[in-house]
Amino acid sequence: MSVMKRLQMIFSAKANKALDNAEDPRETLDYSYQRQLEMLQKVRRGVADVATSRKRLELQTQQLQQQSDKLETQSRQALAAGREDLAREALTRRSGVAQQQADLVTQHAALQAEEEKLTLASQRLQAKVDAFRTRKETIKATYTAAEAQTKIGEAFSGISEEMGDVGLAVQRAEDKTQSMQARAGAIDELLASGALDDASGTAKDDITAELERMSSEGEVELELARLKGEIGPGKAPEAIEGSTSPTAQPAAPQPEQAQPQARPQTEEGRS
Amino acid sequence: MIVRILGEGQYSVDDAQADLLNGLDSGLERAVEAGDEDSFRSALSDLLTQVRALGERLPDDSLEPSDALLPTEDSSLEDVRTLLADSSEGLIPG
Repeated sequence: MSVMKRLQMIFSAKANKALDNAEDPRETLDYSYQRQLEMLQKVRRGVADVATSRKRLELQTQQLQQQSDKLETQSRQALAAGREDLAREALTRRSGVAQQQADLVTQHAALQAEEEKLTLASQRLQAKVDAFRTRKETIKATYTAAEAQTKIGEAFSGISEEMGDVGLAVQRAEDKTQSMQARAGAIDELLASGALDDASGTAKDDITAELERMSSEGEVELELARLKGEIGPGKAPEAIEGSTSPTAQPAAPQPEQAQPQARPQTEEGRS
Repeated sequence: MIVRILGEGQYSVDDAQADLLNGLDSGLERAVEAGDEDSFRSALSDLLTQVRALGERLPDDSLEPSDALLPTEDSSLEDVRTLLADSSEGLIPG
């Protein structure tokens, strides 16, 4: 049998069954109205849930962007310090982050579409529920068994079909939101574990540690050079280096060379 | 006849166009039975396009039941099969 006819029958079967079960068709009007209000609540909750998930994705996208920027800065720093290996590592991680970002963009679009659909569904249902409420009161007021029976049946089928439709939309949105939340949770975990590094910058990743180590070594060298400049008159840096550094074994023969410069007193005074 | 596109709303289509829609619907049915995702997609898309083009959108507050129902545009073959296999108690809420 035809697809569109079969679907119609499946949807209307549900409404008919509810009507058949009611002793007084007028009761079904009130009962149905309650169900409609519940369904409206459900759709609105659905819209809110999807919006929450969407915002979470937006936050994660921002975090990933920060991470990406940071890795780029790191790769520049590493390159400037002549550490191509470190720069390469930073860029590799950055491309991993970019992949996650692209993924999130797609998901964000899907969620946004779902949100729009649900918002429209909620508007349509609201309009129908309002119409049903009016119709319900009219039918109740002008009740004559046979006539009302038909009217109730029509109104009921119409709204019931809409409820089935909206119910499906809510279900779909729920499924999508759930799988999205699972993914978002996984990304949160990745960010937290440091595998993508913590974008908040509280935890140090190994690239940062290496860059900082290099930079502090550089500072030590600078400081050392400054001290050398202060202490020595600049003519005998080797002698001073040899004497100030007890580990510098190669400097051992140098004192003899330095002696002609007649500075034994200084050396004795320092040791 | 009144046709509902799930997730979209209802359209009132002139009965004179019923044959055209039924023809497209048969194509859709064959695709579902054959399990052919590609022809299913194009058949569904054709049918929905025709309903939208030929039909007139019913206002949101109309309470008329539909004569025919169609799945949402982005439904997969699997989605439609699930819907069709559904009993009146099953998946469809409301």
